[in-house]
Amino acid sequence: MSTAVPHPEPDGVATRERAPHTETNPLRAAISRRDQPTPPGPVANALTFGWRALLKIKHVPEQLFDVTVSPIIFTLMFTYLFGGAIAGDVQTYLQYLLPGILVQTVLIITVYTGFTMNTDITKGVFDRFRSLPVWRPSPIVGALLGDTVRYSIASTITLGLGFLLGFRAGGGVIGVLSGVVLLLVFAFGLSWIFTALGLVMRSPNAVMGTSMMILMPLTFASNIFADPSTMPGWLQGWVGVNPVSHLVTAVRGLMDGTATFTEVSWALVAAAALTAVVAPLTMRLYRNRS
Amino acid sequence: MANMSTELAVEAHGLVKHFGSTKAVDGVDLAIPAGSVFGVLGPNGAGKTTAVRMLATLLRPDAGSATVLGHDVVRDADKVRGLIGLTGQFASVDEDLTGSENLVLIARLYGYSRPAARARAAELLHAFDLDEAADRQVKTFSGGMHRRLDLAASMVTSPRVLFLDEPTTGLDPRSRNQVWDIVRVLVDDGATVLLTTQYLEEADQLADRIAVVDHGRIIAEGTASELKASVGSGSVHLRLVDPAQRPLAQEVMGRELGVDVQTTSDTSALSARIDGARSAASLLPALLDAGVEVSELSLGQPSLDEVFLALTGRPVDDESDEEQVA
Repeated sequence: MSTAVPHPEPDGVATRERAPHTETNPLRAAISRRDQPTPPGPVANALTFGWRALLKIKHVPEQLFDVTVSPIIFTLMFTYLFGGAIAGDVQTYLQYLLPGILVQTVLIITVYTGFTMNTDITKGVFDRFRSLPVWRPSPIVGALLGDTVRYSIASTITLGLGFLLGFRAGGGVIGVLSGVVLLLVFAFGLSWIFTALGLVMRSPNAVMGTSMMILMPLTFASNIFADPSTMPGWLQGWVGVNPVSHLVTAVRGLMDGTATFTEVSWALVAAAALTAVVAPLTMRLYRNRS
Repeated sequence: MANMSTELAVEAHGLVKHFGSTKAVDGVDLAIPAGSVFGVLGPNGAGKTTAVRMLATLLRPDAGSATVLGHDVVRDADKVRGLIGLTGQFASVDEDLTGSENLVLIARLYGYSRPAARARAAELLHAFDLDEAADRQVKTFSGGMHRRLDLAASMVTSPRVLFLDEPTTGLDPRSRNQVWDIVRVLVDDGATVLLTTQYLEEADQLADRIAVVDHGRIIAEGTASELKASVGSGSVHLRLVDPAQRPLAQEVMGRELGVDVQTTSDTSALSARIDGARSAASLLPALLDAGVEVSELSLGQPSLDEVFLALTGRPVDDESDEEQVA
């Protein structure tokens, strides 16, 4: 330790056992000092993480099972089981139910965001990403981008089935598409809650359980399945303030071609408020996670 | 202090980290010269992982400061992240993706173009003997392959400082040797490596200097031979067929060797420090004469157990899994 030996020819190392040269040549070449690439911007980082989410869908297609099967089951079950009882006939009920089922299907899928995040933490992948010089929110934003693919698949299946069963959209293609976009924007805002849960809970299954407990009153105690005017007053009170009800009203309106500016605004305000409040909290949890 | 020209790759002063009421790291000072291998040796729960996580910017210290190649790990965290590589139980790869996809992902995050990232991934897979695993999902890998991919993933940009947290824990001897070879090549190339381990042998094989940690503190620091000198130049290990004979064997050993004989948590084992093989020459006949059934008798280096016992006066206890709290 008395003199600084200049690299790359440190003869002091020769006292230690050297690795056999046949094996180390490619290794030596691969790990020797090299020029660093220019660091990419935040968008490129987030898109790379989005690409990862798509790769995971490709390798684990089972995760699409819920996305494809649950909208089919929900739509068929509610339309034929309760349609006659709730609305008098199946066609009338389908017209009322389908936008709501679409909303419920996509919102249930948002819990996977937290589940996936927590899996990354428990598997140690998360800390690898945090040790890289990337834009801090990019792993989360990228995951959310990847999730929109799942939402879009579920939306397509639900709508396709709906049209097959006789759903008619007065708002036309534009109305249906803008309804779906509004739903995706809201889902993006809502999924920050589940991401935050994914960061604080101990296991992926705990995240799943807690998220469902949050989601149940949001989706079932809303105007998705039935007109709130038949509900008791206290429940009407909740349904009235439930942001999911406002979202469903707006999506229904858009698909029917009767949406008002106020209806759509409420849904957007709810999404913006969720993002403004929960996203900073989530990022704080992310940075300070031990 | 005589040598001002030695550049420090990692420097830490009074690092502290609490988890609730537990002091995981309790005032750690480090000064690791560039181009050297520094071993952090200690049992589970000693605070090794927590210390590495602070140096790698994953965890904010509660007190104290640390720099990596002159950059503060809290204030210049992003700069530090651009200079380090990290492999360990807590920094792994995505098991759903293939070996190649994992490396392309990381290369893309560093800013490699798509073709450059693919070329870099192929180069690393070849270098780490993972050619045939390029298109297989990581979940199908063996333990050794998984660890080599972990290492490759932390070397995409050939970082000058590498943190390896227990890189060989749970590996079979062949895989362990492969990992050791990789570390040797790295250091040969001028990188600085901070390695944590539970095995004295590993620290001895790889590290220029070793810090022994216990309860979040460094309790000894020096070269491997300095540490071993603190426990005697060698030791004799005895394993019995019948644990019930241990008191008898302990008495015979003490009489023949003239030193204290230590017991460990292993109820059929005994060990003692000796100054040379000669003093052990009469041990086996004496044990056999006394009717002790010997299953194994060996001379060798002191183990981590013995270093620990000499330094702390108590054996390594494996009871705490505190690091899992993180």
